[in-house]
Amino acid sequence: MTLKNMLVAFALGSMALLSAGAGPGFAQESHIGNLTGHAESGKQLYRRYCVGCHGPDGDSNGENAQWIDPKPRDFTLATFKCRSTPTGTLPTDQDLYNAVERGFVTTNMPSWRPLTPQQRADLVAFIKTFSPRWKTDKAGTPITIPAETPITLDSIQHGRVLFQKMECWKCHGAAGHGDGPSAATLTDSKDNPIRPYNFAVGSRFKCGETNQDLYRIFMTGLDGTPMPSFADVIQPNDAWDLVHFLRTLQPMDTKEAEIWKAYVAAHGADLKPIGPDSAGGGK
Amino acid sequence: MSRSFPIGANAGKWLFVNSILVCWVLMLAIVGGSRTPAQAMPIPRVKAIPAFARKYGLPCSACHTAWPELNNFGQVFRDNGYQLMNDRDSPIWQNPSYFPISFRITPIWHRESTSNQPVDSIPGGGAGSTTVPGTVTQAGFDLSGMDLWSAGTIYKNISFVLLPSSDPTAVWHFESAFIRFDNLKGNPWFNLKFGRFELDNLISEKRFLFLSNNGGIYQIYHYNVPGSSNDFGYGDNQIGVEMAGHSKNSYTRYSVAVVSSNEGGVNFTTDVVPGAAPGNRTYDVNLAFSQAFNGGSMGLERFEAFSYIGQRPSYYQTSAGTQLVGLGNGPFYRVGFAGDLFLKKLELLPLFMHGHDNVYLGNSTPSNQPLPSGAQAPSFNGGFLEAHYYVNPQLVFLGRFEKINVGTQANSANPSDYGNVTAYAVGYRWYPIMFSRAGLAFHNEYAISKSIGIVPLSGDGTGLPPLPLPNSQNVWSSSLLIGFDFAF
Repeated sequence: MTLKNMLVAFALGSMALLSAGAGPGFAQESHIGNLTGHAESGKQLYRRYCVGCHGPDGDSNGENAQWIDPKPRDFTLATFKCRSTPTGTLPTDQDLYNAVERGFVTTNMPSWRPLTPQQRADLVAFIKTFSPRWKTDKAGTPITIPAETPITLDSIQHGRVLFQKMECWKCHGAAGHGDGPSAATLTDSKDNPIRPYNFAVGSRFKCGETNQDLYRIFMTGLDGTPMPSFADVIQPNDAWDLVHFLRTLQPMDTKEAEIWKAYVAAHGADLKPIGPDSAGGGK
Repeated sequence: MSRSFPIGANAGKWLFVNSILVCWVLMLAIVGGSRTPAQAMPIPRVKAIPAFARKYGLPCSACHTAWPELNNFGQVFRDNGYQLMNDRDSPIWQNPSYFPISFRITPIWHRESTSNQPVDSIPGGGAGSTTVPGTVTQAGFDLSGMDLWSAGTIYKNISFVLLPSSDPTAVWHFESAFIRFDNLKGNPWFNLKFGRFELDNLISEKRFLFLSNNGGIYQIYHYNVPGSSNDFGYGDNQIGVEMAGHSKNSYTRYSVAVVSSNEGGVNFTTDVVPGAAPGNRTYDVNLAFSQAFNGGSMGLERFEAFSYIGQRPSYYQTSAGTQLVGLGNGPFYRVGFAGDLFLKKLELLPLFMHGHDNVYLGNSTPSNQPLPSGAQAPSFNGGFLEAHYYVNPQLVFLGRFEKINVGTQANSANPSDYGNVTAYAVGYRWYPIMFSRAGLAFHNEYAISKSIGIVPLSGDGTGLPPLPLPNSQNVWSSSLLIGFDFAF
């Protein structure tokens, strides 16, 4: 076989393989700031990065999904935990973009910050092709987060009262360890077992890490999980008080923790325990 | 709604259709190699670690543009100490049966041909036979070397790599073995690595896409001017300590490594296998800095500057003629810059390097003895431009052009182009299997190099034995390779 023949064989084989790469087109777009994401570009990226867990059809049936806990998101349902929009509504493109960038702590979903902003925007556009809801519904209007109230002992103590009163402890446990009496029975909207957040394990939440993120989480709820929206139940100031108390449950050096530790050191014996036997969980 | 990705459950259909093409190309290529003495297949320098895919459930393509080459997500993962930083990295989160081990080997068919080799004028030698230049060609089925990878985290922010590697005859050595303390003080800018490791180079020869004898090395990474006793190769693993850091997305990266001046050798020698010359007692320094920029819809664009400053002995302390310790160290350096540039599906990898050796090293002369007439400190300039076109995550076309020119000859009497190298390589890799458990690639590659007056740096980077050739004689060496590259 001559060198010329080998090169011809190589070229023909290459062309034949090259021709196998075509695919269908998608018109869906996403809009994040000045970025416009295109589903067609996102398809290639989805295939590269996401398909192993979320599956070729976006239905969370990727070849690796069976081994994952918690399970990957089912994009065909268009139900998303992390939103800035009211419960039951579609998230904004920015919400999905933030989720892709942030990842989800204590899950198999990593942060995709190493991708360029354009690539993340393209992925968001493609994710929106999996459910017809994106054609019929509009994204909800993001909730307004008022300015944070001052972090004071009174605020933290009132937050503790709310933690008892609103029965957060039933799932999250009296100390926020995710071990409340209902914790073992919880399932998500696909009947998969789900664990409530354990505040003792770290500083990050699935949907962010700031006080604003925490406020947003219980004012919008985490759709598809047992975590409801409390937007119709508590007032903004009360919500900030709850945020301040929840921060004391985390192993962090925060102003909330500093204030609370000093109070507990002096008055810990006076605190009523949180739980079913407590009338008020208060001071 | 189905998108029929050729992965997972749909892989079978693709496999059938493409198998016809694969077999066709394979058969065409196989029919016709002539048969004469063999050249060794290089040890695979390439690294892809399905153990990580199994741990995190991500497909190969999440971390690799085309495995084993890393994309930026893979780079961040590596920079973080093989951690996704999702608070599930510590082994305590893994199923107890999980063991972070992978292996990789490539059954191949290849054809190697090199011109102007010293052969007997009468095959078999004997009376009347003389040594004449001839072309040596060999072809046949073969194996690559094998990598047996173990890598991962020992604990959160403590990672490790252990890589025993063998040549095709199963002679093993430790290609890499290090422990790394990650995110010291919770800061990604401080990570300490200790052991034997690859230098922090933007364009890695350990994770690149070429496999053949001629294409499977970057010539510039192993080049030394003819006559030099310097054994340094920028692509070779070194042994020492490295401090490295990076921004959260690894757009900005730096590393400072202090390594023994013994070419990564173990047991105080200059190699990882028995019988090597002893090393010396000094240290080399490698510096690298890279910065990436967001290229919008084009992709990520990264640039790097690097330098390696080292020493090598020019003679040895001896005992009854036996070499004991390298002495008379002569300095040398390599400096350069590189890029990793994306134009959507097209990736360009340019690199330029300048090298300079001490005059004693360059002339293989002990520094306690006089230099030969005409001796001078040699230098060279060279580089390459490599291109990858990603049709999709499972098909990539490759090409590379490489050129090295000697700037200053080790001896002024040498022709100015003595030792110059020109090399080309083209190929493609098709990945019919790309699960989060294992990977398989069909690999087809052709590479050819021309070196003037010297044997080519084909194969394992050390080249064939020196030939008594005129220093202006062109030596052509070509490789054609077809193989199934798999990692589990």
